[in-house]
Amino acid sequence: MEPLLKVTGLKKHFPIKKGLLQRQTGAVKAVDGIDFEVLPGETLGVVGESGCGKSTMGRLITRLLEPTGGTVEFQGTDISHLGVGGMRPFRRDIQMIFQDPYGSLNPRHTVGTIVSAPFKLQGVEPEGGVKKEVQRLLGLVGLNPEHYNRYPHEFSGGQRQRIGIARALALKPKLVVADEPVSALDVSIQAQVVNLLDDLQQELGLTYVIIAHDLSVIRHVSDRIAVMYLGKIVELADRKSLYENPMHPYTRALMSAVPIPDPRRRGAKSDRILLTGDVPSPIAPPPGCRFNTRCWKATDVCRTDEPPLVELRPGQRVACHHPENAESLTIPAARQSVEITKAPEPLAKETASEKETPAAPQTPAEKETPAEPEASGPAAAEDDAPKA
Amino acid sequence: MLLVVTLVTLSIFFLIPKMTGSDPAAMFVGKQADPAAIEAVRQKLGLDEPILVQFWHFVSGIFVGRDYTGGGDSIHCAAPCFGYSFRSEQDVWSMLVEAFPVTLSMVVGAAVLWLVLGVSTGVVSALKRGTIVDRVAMITALSGVSLPIFFTAMLAMLVFRTQLDWVDATYVPLSESFGGWFGGLLLPWVTLAFLYAAMYARLTRATMLEVLGEDYIRTARAKGLPESVVLGKHAMRSTMTPILTIFGMDLGALVGGAILTETAFSLHGLGALAIRGVNERDLPLILAVTLITAACVVIANLVVDLLYAVIDPRVRLA
Amino acid sequence: MTDKLTKTGAAVAEPVESGKNAPSDAFLDVRDLKIHFPTDDGLVKSVDGLSFQLEKGKTLGIVGESGSGKSVTSLGIMGLHTVGQYGRQKARISGEIWLNGRELLSADPDEVRKMRGQEMAMIFQDPLSAMHPYYTVGHQIVEAYRVHHPVDKKTARKRAVELLDRVGIPEPAKRFDNYPHEFSGGMRQRAMIAMALVNNPSLLIADEPTTALDVTVQAQILDLMRDLQKEFGSAVVIITHDLGVVAELADDILVMYGGRCVERGPAESVFYEPQHPYTWGLLGSMPRIDRDQTERLIPVKGNPPSLINIPSGCAFNPRCPYADVPKGGITRTQRPELAPAGDRHFSACHMPQEERTRIWTEEIAPKL
Repeated sequence: MEPLLKVTGLKKHFPIKKGLLQRQTGAVKAVDGIDFEVLPGETLGVVGESGCGKSTMGRLITRLLEPTGGTVEFQGTDISHLGVGGMRPFRRDIQMIFQDPYGSLNPRHTVGTIVSAPFKLQGVEPEGGVKKEVQRLLGLVGLNPEHYNRYPHEFSGGQRQRIGIARALALKPKLVVADEPVSALDVSIQAQVVNLLDDLQQELGLTYVIIAHDLSVIRHVSDRIAVMYLGKIVELADRKSLYENPMHPYTRALMSAVPIPDPRRRGAKSDRILLTGDVPSPIAPPPGCRFNTRCWKATDVCRTDEPPLVELRPGQRVACHHPENAESLTIPAARQSVEITKAPEPLAKETASEKETPAAPQTPAEKETPAEPEASGPAAAEDDAPKA
Repeated sequence: MLLVVTLVTLSIFFLIPKMTGSDPAAMFVGKQADPAAIEAVRQKLGLDEPILVQFWHFVSGIFVGRDYTGGGDSIHCAAPCFGYSFRSEQDVWSMLVEAFPVTLSMVVGAAVLWLVLGVSTGVVSALKRGTIVDRVAMITALSGVSLPIFFTAMLAMLVFRTQLDWVDATYVPLSESFGGWFGGLLLPWVTLAFLYAAMYARLTRATMLEVLGEDYIRTARAKGLPESVVLGKHAMRSTMTPILTIFGMDLGALVGGAILTETAFSLHGLGALAIRGVNERDLPLILAVTLITAACVVIANLVVDLLYAVIDPRVRLA
Repeated sequence: MTDKLTKTGAAVAEPVESGKNAPSDAFLDVRDLKIHFPTDDGLVKSVDGLSFQLEKGKTLGIVGESGSGKSVTSLGIMGLHTVGQYGRQKARISGEIWLNGRELLSADPDEVRKMRGQEMAMIFQDPLSAMHPYYTVGHQIVEAYRVHHPVDKKTARKRAVELLDRVGIPEPAKRFDNYPHEFSGGMRQRAMIAMALVNNPSLLIADEPTTALDVTVQAQILDLMRDLQKEFGSAVVIITHDLGVVAELADDILVMYGGRCVERGPAESVFYEPQHPYTWGLLGSMPRIDRDQTERLIPVKGNPPSLINIPSGCAFNPRCPYADVPKGGITRTQRPELAPAGDRHFSACHMPQEERTRIWTEEIAPKL
């Protein structure tokens, strides 16, 4: 299938300027070379912790920001560097929903004005008139069409998010990019909005890119998921593979960190991988694999060579020298490329010759053993002599 | 920074006569002077030299002094030399030296007064928010901010000097008599402080209310700190930060700019000198006062910036 | 941790019937707590009749959405609604809060002040804004210690460094002199925990302690809190909107809605046999990380109530799909009280228990 959106080598570096002359002294590498595509009708979830560049990525593909490098192709057209005029036809097709239902709506405009703004900007006259169309949209997102003349402050958070959705849908877009669409909402309201997005996708055949930090929400809404870390995609896979068989150590750590709402599984705490330390600065990301500073499997190669994002299983692309759950690989090429991953004991020295020699297959349990004492249970840093 | 401001100010002053076509030498001599006298003065003041040379003479004069030679005699003007007044033919530096303590006394005295008054009123107002105390304080502050200073000055003089005869009318240097100095400056202090205290009270109140709503104040209370420590230490430190910034700037600006107050109370400070210079088209005088004022503002800004780094550790890193 | 549930010393007991001022046996005993705030728009009834008990060494999770009154409750226990309310209309607080045999609401404010930080301590949601930006982290911990212990700075510093070390801050003696902004989010929350524990409090209240943190850091902090509780043996009240967090930490769960408790009981029974339609709504609204769920979520319709205008009868009735199950419109006229609904399990719902059990097992649970 022809992808709706194709992103190649996308980069966004925000320059850091200092001094009287505003000389550039460095750059925040918010997004630093990512590739993915979005197929028509699917939902791509993008997940990662704060500072991983997921929001910047959302602003790049909606061209609210201009990329520093790489391309964004929408239906085969390169839109990476189009100006305001050039983007105009594409603005109809690509829309964005924001996190903050309070900040993204102009408090001095009525709901009618807000939702009809895209028509004015694009110079479109919908069938049956603007007012009728706006009322239809309000009905579509589950708001009372009679509330056309009310102001945003008269609505609750969930209702405001619905207004934002109605505005995004006004021009019948093909692609909707939603940046943390539910994270500001209460649990019960979150579910309403998640279901609404779901219904709208079915009804209107929308394609979504949903950016969120909440792995549970992402699992619920997405068909495929990209996991980002420090400006890179570390794993991109369909939902089932990613959640049941995460291959990147970061993905695994991330998923195991989510508290499970089930008191009976509290004992399963030992499964948890506790990462130590903090995310490094995107100004000076570590060389090699960006996760190597926190990874319990990191070896020398991880500190020097950046692993490419390669398909290790059908539909599962991973950027790791030592992927998890790698025994049952089905793609021969992947087997080849992953051999390096089987050789090293985690944290062991690794030489080039070792890389070539296939080592005996290891069970996942064995592979993880060296990691466990440090990575799970009480955080390593907390093992200091307990205080009475 | 100081250098840049000074250079810009100086350049403007040197360019003005050139651009307006007026002749400083003619201004110096007076209206009914014959061309020969004007020419002599021009030579003596060095006004016949190229503008850059004049500029150099002036700047070097400030640091090493300069000699005015011409018409047979020579006058040495010791450093710091700002030249001679066109009108009184007095050494400008000595005029500044005379006027500066007056302004400084007035501004510093008023500053102490307004800082104490303004901040305490603001704090009390914030702590009594919505009560009658708060309202009275804020209405008083509003009137302080909105009444022009010459009006309050006249009112103060009318009541305290003319009607009640509580205070003296004239400035006495501190070196001569503390009582006289104090009495003579009391009214200007009160008048100036009233205006500024009003502004500071409003600012303090607003900042204090904002700070009291901060999470870290709640944390301080949750630690079990007595309310006196919560307010006196945690809240005050944050509240004083913006106040100190503005305080430094105000202080700097007032040293050269308390023109209205000085005029209203007939104090012969820098402001009065500036007015005189403008009225009498006394270029060297205007130039000197402007330079001093600019220097005060710049130094005050510098001090504030340094102080800010001491108060707020987040600034230190940046 | 789970085995604690079977031990005696139930963290949740029946509402106390005894009269006012009868000292309580429970370590923390909140009785009919009401916290109302007069505003220009009307009286905001943030907490409107809340009772619960908690034993030492146990963790109570208070769950609710924004505006349910859970944070107001925690500040109420700490006595923070009565200090520093300058010029504002005072909060109206009634009921009783017994901590270790002392009633706090009628106690001398300075006595309560001395207990704050000493016997009861609190951890807040956003550790960056909860620390004073102008003082070093170490200074703030030392301050918390010295206000309750008359020791010199050196001793206090030693104690602070010891605590920083205990909560997992590397190079604690060096980090002592850092300012909060020089710490990462997770480190700051660790430092907050150190500050709260420096006086060995017997009650620790954590208000959304991990909400502002990334998920991997959240896991570290939850783990730390669990270990510390085992070690310090204090009673912990954890306030959160995240059911995952309570499932992780709490022995007992109290669900709040509209300023009241709608359900409370041991964590397992609240999760597996929830007895209130609102709890069902919360469980149904929540996407699950541990299941590949293609089913739709079951949201609660409508919006949370206004605390100025709490619906009459059951506060949940306008949003409740079963509001008409009890006959005679009783859900709209009469406020349901907490009633036993299982072993140490209480629920405030007009529906008969058999009916609720039937709805849960037949209609709700299969869809989750």
